[in-house]
Amino acid sequence: MNSITNNCKFNIDFIGKKKIFFIISASLMAIILICTAVFGVKLNINFRGGSIVSYSYTDEAKFDELEAVVEEAIGKDVTISTKQSFGDNPDELDITIADKESLSAEEQVALEDAVSKKYGKQLTLLSVTNVQPSIGSEFLGKSMLAVFYACVILIVYVAIRFKKISGWSAGITSIIALLHDLLIVFGTFVIFRIELDYNFIAVLLTILGYSVNDTIVIYDRARENKRHYGNKMSDKDLFNLSINQSLSRSINTSVTTIATMLVVCLVAYFANVQSIISFAFPIIIGMISGVYSTVCIAGPLWVTWQDFKANKHRKGSKKNSK
Amino acid sequence: MKRVGKPVFFIVAILIIAFTVLAFTGITTTYGDNTNVIVKGGSDIRWGIDIRGGVEAIFSPAEDIDPSEEQMESAAEVMRQRLIAMNVTDYEVFVDTMADRIIVRFPWNSNEKDFDPSAAVEELGDTAVLTFREGNETDDEGKPTGVTKDTVVLEGKDVKEAAGVYGQLDSNGGAGWYVSLELNESGKKAFADATARLSKENGTISIWLDDYCFSAPTVNTAITDGKAMITGDFDQEGATALANKINGGALPFSLDVETYSVITPTLGEGAKTAMINAGIIAFIIVALFMCAYYRLPGFVAVIALTGQVGVSIAALTGFFPGINSFTLTVPGIAGIILAVGMGVDANVITAERIKEELNVGKSIDGAVESGFSNAFSAILDGNITTAIIALILMGTFGATGTLLSDLFKPLYFMFGASAEGTIYSFGYTLLVGVVANLFFGTVASRLMLKSLSRFKIFRKPALYGGKKA
Repeated sequence: MNSITNNCKFNIDFIGKKKIFFIISASLMAIILICTAVFGVKLNINFRGGSIVSYSYTDEAKFDELEAVVEEAIGKDVTISTKQSFGDNPDELDITIADKESLSAEEQVALEDAVSKKYGKQLTLLSVTNVQPSIGSEFLGKSMLAVFYACVILIVYVAIRFKKISGWSAGITSIIALLHDLLIVFGTFVIFRIELDYNFIAVLLTILGYSVNDTIVIYDRARENKRHYGNKMSDKDLFNLSINQSLSRSINTSVTTIATMLVVCLVAYFANVQSIISFAFPIIIGMISGVYSTVCIAGPLWVTWQDFKANKHRKGSKKNSK
Repeated sequence: MKRVGKPVFFIVAILIIAFTVLAFTGITTTYGDNTNVIVKGGSDIRWGIDIRGGVEAIFSPAEDIDPSEEQMESAAEVMRQRLIAMNVTDYEVFVDTMADRIIVRFPWNSNEKDFDPSAAVEELGDTAVLTFREGNETDDEGKPTGVTKDTVVLEGKDVKEAAGVYGQLDSNGGAGWYVSLELNESGKKAFADATARLSKENGTISIWLDDYCFSAPTVNTAITDGKAMITGDFDQEGATALANKINGGALPFSLDVETYSVITPTLGEGAKTAMINAGIIAFIIVALFMCAYYRLPGFVAVIALTGQVGVSIAALTGFFPGINSFTLTVPGIAGIILAVGMGVDANVITAERIKEELNVGKSIDGAVESGFSNAFSAILDGNITTAIIALILMGTFGATGTLLSDLFKPLYFMFGASAEGTIYSFGYTLLVGVVANLFFGTVASRLMLKSLSRFKIFRKPALYGGKKA
C-alpha cells in the first residue's frame, strides 16, 4: 500500500491479520454462549416475575442479616427494600425473590420460620404477592422486532449512502459488527454474574447507537478514498488505508468516552453506589468491543466479502472461457 | 461559508454558556409565597425512585368485578401509558393475576411538598371513561341518570386523538385552555348524526369523565367535520393531563386503592451527589484532554460540549413551564456523563481532518475550511444512523396516541400496546443528543473556530495540530 502516499501516523496491516481477529471474536462468542448455557442468566424480578413478601416492622429492628437469613432458608437470591407506611401504620419492608415459579407453600413456611426465629415479634408478615414479569415475553418479542427493524433500516440506509463501496455488503458487515458488540455486552453480564435489569437494556441500546456510528466513520473514509483512488487501489489497501487514517479518531473518541465511564466506576465504588457499576462497567467493555469490531471485524469482513465475490466471478468467467 | 467576523466567536460562546447556565439554574420569580417558574432548571427535575423515593400503591378491582388475566394486564398497560404520558419514566408496574392486584411504584413529583401519596395515586386509578351523552339529567348526587346505550353519543374509543390546546372558547372571543378531540370514522358519523338530530330539537349534549360532568352545551348546528372540544375550567396542565388520559384509553374496569406506602430511596441523595461529582470530574478530564491534544480546535470543542450538556439538561427538565420534566435516575445521570465522552466525537473527527490538511501543506484557512467539510459526511451519516435507532425506540416503546407510535403501530400488529418508560426516555435523550451534537459539533464549532482563526495570535499551525513550520 505504500505505493500510494500514506502520510498518516499509523501503518498497520489490519486486513492481513484478519484471520487472527476472526478467530479471537469467534472464540469469544463461543465462550459467551457456553457460559450462558452452563451458568445461565441472572434475571431480576422485572424480567422474571417472582414473589414479594411484605413485613411490617418496629423501629428497633436491624436488617443487616435478613438477606442472608432468608437466602439460606429458601436457597434463592433475594433483595430487601424498606418502605414507610403512610399515616400511623408501622413501616414496612419487602423481600423480593426473582423466580420463574412463584414461591411454593413449603418455601413460604421456611421463609416465615427463619424470619420469626431470628427477629421474633419485630417483624409481622403482611402479604405475599406473586407477580408476573413486568418485562414479559411480549416486551422481549417487541424488543427483538425493534432491533430487527433497526437493522433493516440501517442496512438500507448504508446501502444507499455507501453505494460507492458496494453498500449492501457494507450495511450487512456493519450490522454483523454491531451484533458482535451486543453479544459481548450480554456476555459481560453473564460472565460477571450481573443481574439483568433495566440497566442491561440501557447498556445494550447505548452500544447499539455507538457501534454503528463508529463503523460508519471508517466506511465514510473508505468511500472518500474510493472516490479519490478509484479502482487503482485494491480493496485490501483501501480499507487498510481508511482504518489507519481514522485510527487516531477511533482511539481518541474511545479514550474520552471510556475515561468518563471509568470516572463513574471509581466514584461509584468509593461512594458505595454499587448498582451503577453494573451500568458503567459493561459499557466500558462494550465500547472497547465497539472499537475493536469496527477496526478488526467490519473492515476485514467487508474485504473478505469482496474477495469472495471477485473469486466467484473469476471462477465463473474461467468456466465460461473453457 | 465565507469569512466569519472576529466577534462571532464571542457571540456564539457567550450564547452557548448563557444557555447552559440557564438550563441548570432556570428562572423563577418569587412574590411572597408564590413561586413562578419562567424557565425550568435543574431543581425542577423529577428524580427517580432510587434517589428520592416515591409512592407504592396496590390496586385491586372494585368489589363486584372479577377481571380476567387479560383484563388485568390491559389495566396495568393503561397505567404504564398514563405514567409515560406524564413523562414519568422510572416506574414499576407488577400484576398479580392470582390475587387480582396491580402494584404500581413511581417517584415523587419534582414539586411535591406535602408528600401525600393519595392524591398522586388517585389520578392513576381513574377509570377515565369518556362519554358524550344526550341530555344532562342527573340525580341528587350529580350522577347521570337515564343513561342507556342509545343516549351515549360518543365514547373514548371514538376519539382518534386528543390534545390540550389554547384558543378561543366561544363566539364571544373568550380564550383559554381546552381539550380538542379529533374523532375517528365511527365517531365522526355518530357525532354528525346526533348533532344533526339534536340541533333540530335544541337538545343538549353533556360531556362526562366517569361521573364528572365537564359541560353540557346546547347543540345549535350539526357538526360533521369530526371535531369536538371539551371545555371546562382548564389550565394548561389540566387540559394536557385529560388529553393524555383520553389518548391512553380507559381502564377496562374500575380499580380501588387497597393500600399505599412511601418507598424509601434505594440509593439516596448521596448517590446523586456522587454522580454529579463524577460528571464534573469527567467533564474536566475530557476538557483537559481535548485542549491538550487538539489545542485550539479542542478548546472550541469544549465550548460546543458545554452547549450539548445544556441541551440535554433542558430536554430533561422540560425547560418551558407546562412541559413535564422527565424522570432522572442514577443510571440516567450516568447516561448524561457518557454523552459528555461521546459528544466530542464530531470535534475529534474534524480536528483530525484539519491536522491532516495542515500536514499536506495547506494554509490555516484552507485546512479549517476543508477539515470541516471533509468531516461533515462522516458526522452526518453517523448521527443519522443513531437518530434512526432513537426514533425506532421512541415509536416502539412510547405512549400510544403520539404521531411516532401511530407510525410504528402497523409494524407491531401482532403485539398489543406495551409501553416502556425507560426505553422511551432513552430514545428521547439519544435523539436530543444527536441533534445537539450535529448542531454544536458542526455549525457552532465551525463558526467559533473560523472566527478565532482570524486573530493574529492564533495564526500558528501548531495550534491546530500541524507540524511547526
